Amino acid sequence: MSLRALPRLTLALMAVPVLAGLAGTLMPAFADGATAFRDLAAWPGLPRASALSLGTGLASTAVALGLCLAILAALYGSPAFDRIRRLLAPLLAVPHAAAALGLAFLIAPSGWIARALSPWATGWTSPPDLLILNDPWGLSLTAGLIAKELPFLLLMALSSLAATDPERRLTTAASLGYGRASGFLLTILPALYRQLRLPVYAVLTYAMTVVDMALILGPTLPPTLSQQVVNWQMAPSLTSQNLAAAGAVLQLALVLFALTLWRMAEIAARALLIRWAMSGHRAAALDRPVRRFALFAATLLAGALFAGLAAQALWSVAADWRFSDALPASLSLAAWRTALPDLAPATARTIAIAVAATLAALALALGCLEAEARHGLRATPRAMMLLYLPLLVPQVVFLPGLQTLALAAKLEGNWIAVAAAHVVFVLPYVFLSLSQPFRNLDPRLAIAARALGATEARIFWQMRLPLLLAPVLTAFAVGMAVSVGLYLPTLLLGGGRVTTLTTEAVALSSGGNRRIIGSFALLQLLLPALCFWIALALPRIVWRHRRRMLA
Amino acid sequence: MTLRLENLTVTLAGRRLVALDLTIGPGEIVTLMAPSGAGKSSALGAIIGTLPPDFAVTGRVLLGGRDVTALPTRLRRIGLLFQDDLLFPHLSVAGNLGFALPARMTDRSARIDSALGSAGLAGFGPRDPATLSGGERARVALLRCLLAEPQALLLDEPFSRLDTALRDQMRSLVFDRARNLGLPVLLVTHDIEDARAAAGPVLDPFGTATSSLSP
Repeated sequence: MSLRALPRLTLALMAVPVLAGLAGTLMPAFADGATAFRDLAAWPGLPRASALSLGTGLASTAVALGLCLAILAALYGSPAFDRIRRLLAPLLAVPHAAAALGLAFLIAPSGWIARALSPWATGWTSPPDLLILNDPWGLSLTAGLIAKELPFLLLMALSSLAATDPERRLTTAASLGYGRASGFLLTILPALYRQLRLPVYAVLTYAMTVVDMALILGPTLPPTLSQQVVNWQMAPSLTSQNLAAAGAVLQLALVLFALTLWRMAEIAARALLIRWAMSGHRAAALDRPVRRFALFAATLLAGALFAGLAAQALWSVAADWRFSDALPASLSLAAWRTALPDLAPATARTIAIAVAATLAALALALGCLEAEARHGLRATPRAMMLLYLPLLVPQVVFLPGLQTLALAAKLEGNWIAVAAAHVVFVLPYVFLSLSQPFRNLDPRLAIAARALGATEARIFWQMRLPLLLAPVLTAFAVGMAVSVGLYLPTLLLGGGRVTTLTTEAVALSSGGNRRIIGSFALLQLLLPALCFWIALALPRIVWRHRRRMLA
Repeated sequence: MTLRLENLTVTLAGRRLVALDLTIGPGEIVTLMAPSGAGKSSALGAIIGTLPPDFAVTGRVLLGGRDVTALPTRLRRIGLLFQDDLLFPHLSVAGNLGFALPARMTDRSARIDSALGSAGLAGFGPRDPATLSGGERARVALLRCLLAEPQALLLDEPFSRLDTALRDQMRSLVFDRARNLGLPVLLVTHDIEDARAAAGPVLDPFGTATSSLSP
């Protein structure tokens, strides 16, 4: 096979499972005429479950995007922003389930915040009977989603911000009398948002259909629609699976409806911004409140994530931690010893799946980029859209169908099937992480090598790959983080029998043994963290005598 | 209005990049000539207030007696023209001009239309800036700069991207407007022709007068 065909093949590898899964979901939904939909309509929780999906998804996406823009508008280019930028990679590496569990450890009635404030401020001597977690309005779920989506949006915004020439535009706006915030909104945002649109849509889709975070933080009676679809799908009866398929179709319709609403809001916001620009209002008074708000929100969210993770670490080694004590009275490794028989195989399986999926995704991404470089190919917007497809089509819509197909092909239930499904979700992130550094390589280096008689293969293995050591390791770490955090593909393609750290942590979350949950969540977090650390440290060791490689 | 640079120096890591002490009168054009590199852009940055904190600035920038040295860029009221027009691509030509026109101004579209007409661009308001020729874009950028009612003008090689025929036109357009409005102008360039056309004092970033304008 020639390398030239690889980009097409890769796109097919992305698109085929999604489309086959969609078909596999649609068919059972319409299998008995409209029976499945009639059953779905008869479920009393339906209106509320649908409203929760729409409400939590739209609210969390709007707040996360608003915060992202406020941070960029107020802080871009300042020392505070450099601190935020350094926090992004570690925050992104936190799996969704670990972040949700951390938040739960923090805000639950018996959580760290209540303990820190009791009894001196609250008067509580036992955990109060408050429904903070799993609140019926989905507020804690929305908060968890915001904390997890904000770093992603910031990173995506940062990667395209440079192309909008921000320094000179801000200077131009300032020389015309505009403040930072108004200058950013009026002159940079319109160009930036064009690049940010697809990631925002992915975030909205994800937030509306998330399952693992909803299980941990979301309402229960009824749960969000996506959660209920998974419940139906995992039930053994055929009618229940048809019901799941019908629910998935409704979920897809809801997502399309929300995307339409969002698109309309975009158009309205754009018209408003242009009217503002024409009016000449400098709005310099915005700067101070926006700056305060951005600093406050960034500190609060990053602080909550880190405190939640610290709470997990502490719980996993807490021996005796009675309510209203801010810290455990004594420490022990008992929880780790108890969990070890489950922890060790789950960790090994998690690593095997993540390494297999990430190496496959890396090979495909490098192959595509190399094909681009050798044959002068160019990624069209349509190709990029296909690459994003697994992020834009809700998992809960196409994965049940994929599971049904895998079941029919007797592929379901082993770790290789799970790893193969992971590739679909890992590849877009690996590609996004790798493509910029790869395309930024000076093309004259390859020309110089060719002039010296080097073959294309030699140029790749002895020049490009070593030059890209740091980005490749970073992409590997990104892939590991994505794979380790995947819940639904692991659950469904594994048929519930392939357990990883994430599926275990989520399954344990309803049980309430904080020590055991803490140990699983912590390991889930440490694996990607270790990979990111290697990605930082190894190039420094390898290139310690190569100053330009460390710049 | 006069623009006064009072013992203005810029130092980066112990290296002196700029040392200027000069007064630019109303309608006067002073040219700052330097081959390229740090001196020019540092002088510009110090005057409009965009230098990163690792640049050390001493001295004062006075605009009509008002000390603007510590003010943020947006409060200095110094207009700026770059070598690129930097028109905002998401706004129409009229949108770009409306952006600059102070908010207190009424009959905005009439003002914008008359500004466009005065530069031979009547009817260009609804156009997409991307459909304009280089010379038209340069004129819109000048109008945008002037509509914000600056009290001084800073020109950062504003003619270098134009072809030779256009360059002469633009030079006289910019210089005539500035003289008519009585604006002090500091022109930063490496093009000797710019300096000749400006017909004012020519200095290097250390304030030394350049002896000869012959190439």
